[in-house]
Amino acid sequence: MWRDTLAVAGKDLRIEMRSRVLLNQVVPFALLVLVLFAFALGPRSGPMVQASAGLFWVTLLFAAVLGVQRSSALETGEGTRDGLRMSGLDPAGVFLGKTAALCVQLVFLEVLLTAGVVLLYGAHIRSIGPLVVACLAGTAGLAAVGTIYGMLSSGLRVRETLLPFLLLPVVAPVVLAGTRAWQVALGTGVGGGAVPYLELLAIFAAVYLALGVVIYGPLLEAS
Amino acid sequence: MTYAVPMDRAVLLRDAVALAGRFPALAGADLTVERGEVVVLAGPNGAGKTSLLRVCAGLLALTRGEAVVLGRDVRAAASSLRKQVGMLGHAAALYDDLTVSENARFFVRAAGASEDWVGRELERFGLVGRLARTPVGRLSEGQRRRVAIAVLAARRPALWLLDEPHAGLDADARSLLAETVREAVAGGASVLLASHELGVSVPLADRVAQMAGGRVLDVLPASRAATLTDPAAVDRQGSQIDREKVPEVALEVLSSSAAERGGAHVA
Amino acid sequence: MSHRTTLAVRVIGVGAVVCLVATVWLGLWVTPPDQVQRNLVRLVYVHPPVAWVALYLAFGIACVSSVLWLWRRTRSAFFDRLAASSMEVGTVFTALTLVTGSIWGRPTWGVWWAWDARLTSTALLLVLQLGYLTLRRIPGDFDSRARRSSIAALVAAVDVPIVHFSVQWWRTLHQGATVLNANLSPTIHGSMAWTLLLGFVAFTLVFFWMLLVRYRVQVLSDALEGTELQGALEERWVEGDGLPAPGRLPDEGGTAGGALVGVSLSEKVQR
Repeated sequence: MWRDTLAVAGKDLRIEMRSRVLLNQVVPFALLVLVLFAFALGPRSGPMVQASAGLFWVTLLFAAVLGVQRSSALETGEGTRDGLRMSGLDPAGVFLGKTAALCVQLVFLEVLLTAGVVLLYGAHIRSIGPLVVACLAGTAGLAAVGTIYGMLSSGLRVRETLLPFLLLPVVAPVVLAGTRAWQVALGTGVGGGAVPYLELLAIFAAVYLALGVVIYGPLLEAS
Repeated sequence: MTYAVPMDRAVLLRDAVALAGRFPALAGADLTVERGEVVVLAGPNGAGKTSLLRVCAGLLALTRGEAVVLGRDVRAAASSLRKQVGMLGHAAALYDDLTVSENARFFVRAAGASEDWVGRELERFGLVGRLARTPVGRLSEGQRRRVAIAVLAARRPALWLLDEPHAGLDADARSLLAETVREAVAGGASVLLASHELGVSVPLADRVAQMAGGRVLDVLPASRAATLTDPAAVDRQGSQIDREKVPEVALEVLSSSAAERGGAHVA
Repeated sequence: MSHRTTLAVRVIGVGAVVCLVATVWLGLWVTPPDQVQRNLVRLVYVHPPVAWVALYLAFGIACVSSVLWLWRRTRSAFFDRLAASSMEVGTVFTALTLVTGSIWGRPTWGVWWAWDARLTSTALLLVLQLGYLTLRRIPGDFDSRARRSSIAALVAAVDVPIVHFSVQWWRTLHQGATVLNANLSPTIHGSMAWTLLLGFVAFTLVFFWMLLVRYRVQVLSDALEGTELQGALEERWVEGDGLPAPGRLPDEGGTAGGALVGVSLSEKVQR
């Protein structure tokens, strides 16, 4: 399984490096969303700084939807879905590989978004710990659910509208917990620790990674 | 067939019914393929040839009937069979952004086969040098077919499922394909080939299965089916039938010959 | 459906109506109004029962059935149909939970919607259920549809407790609680307790009645697809060789003449 994971992750990342879809399309989109939020919340920095934790996560979520769609679109080219099934790869390995590749891309995006939030909204990072842990755990969870639903909706004609509709409700807790943890890190929260939220993010990620490993086999067989 | 017949047949289909949505793509097909045999599926468009191949590959689920491939029930063991079954579909299942050699290496590694064959097969099909480093998306249709066949050959599967493999191939590639198939069969592999181009595929075959309406109507040894490959001969037979009355004539002939399959010649 | 099942459905239906009527009568007229909430408290006979049915009963049945379908050893069409029926009826109950909760909250909180922990989790549950129903509407073969929806149910099932905890922490760990946290749960005693119990029983019976009826509809519609399949199969056979019934595989090596006619015929008929 792990060998297949590496093979698939390597394949996805290599394709990304060649096609640069994330770099050229998703990253500008995410930064644009940050700018639009700035327009919505007014020129004074007060409300923006207050909201910056939440805005980061919402922006990340929208960009993640695009990333998931791209990741699952790789496997819906003509015949590639059949090719994947016929390849003899362990489905759990395919799941972990695609999730890992998506994680790497999203983490890269998060670094840029963090810079964006700090520069554009004037947020100050008080403690880097909760920030990093929240991002890593949250991303793992997002990528896991995204990979599951991406494959579930691939090949369906209503895929583009169905995927966000399915995905966003499930990852709502990630936005919630991530925002709380970030608020602690940025000092814009109303007190209380970040630890319960970090635990929640970790549990979310663990649960969905486990679920994906178990369920990806039957999922691939749904034609 | 140059090897002793082993225990299992390569393919056994019995009354296979498979649905595509609500449409019965296969409506009760029966077929056997022995190990080391080459069987060609012939028939008009919509006869169910592709669906039959997909059922053997485990890509299309059976609603009724039975499908046993390489000694294992497809329904139960689809995933474990996949490393030993290679399918060449209409569309080359390749990643457009990866180069030829990257694609080949990925799929060969995925099937657990040795990468030594990759170089040899790519070389055989002329996919070397700069061509090997080109992303597949930039190749022509015929070249992509070559890549797909080379990848399939490099995986060394025990069962080859080829769907219209000659489509888009030039004469050179066709003879390379024939060479590859012969080599595979000599090594004990079995081949099931769906084709419109009977002239090129029947010479490779041991038997020819006629399909229509989602079922296998008839299976001939390739020598008997030789007449099928001569379009002029077919037409000569056909021109002696009043074309407008063909359906009624056919019903008569077929229903009468259902009992005695030797007699009715329409000519 | 068998005679015994039809009888059972009818009995449950009658029982549901009787209990509902009794609940309404007791709830609206017999039991006293609350000291704080006055007549508004009467919603306690409706809102918690409906919520219980929606979340634990309907959603629970749907998810357990989905898992049983996914697990090869227990896979059968029964579980897929049960999951779909239960989820559909459950969606109705979830919507009812939100509506009754909102009605209850309006006079208490002064707003139609408040980000109360339970209401928010229920709202998210509704969206998850709507997603499931959307997946089921997508045309396709039985196996793929069952597979997709059971996986979606599983993902949702795992999500619900996580959502619940996250929203609860969101509301309660948030210092500076506002009046919006005023408890919707009044103290229950005496005749109110019995009426509440009756309310639970009544709505549970309503749920099971709706579930059985919906299940029957599903069985009928699947049977219809089955007859359509037979018709489609027969059409396909005719298309193949003009014979109205499937023929057995003829001896291998049939005459060249017969085969010749077969090929040229089918090519012509196809045109």
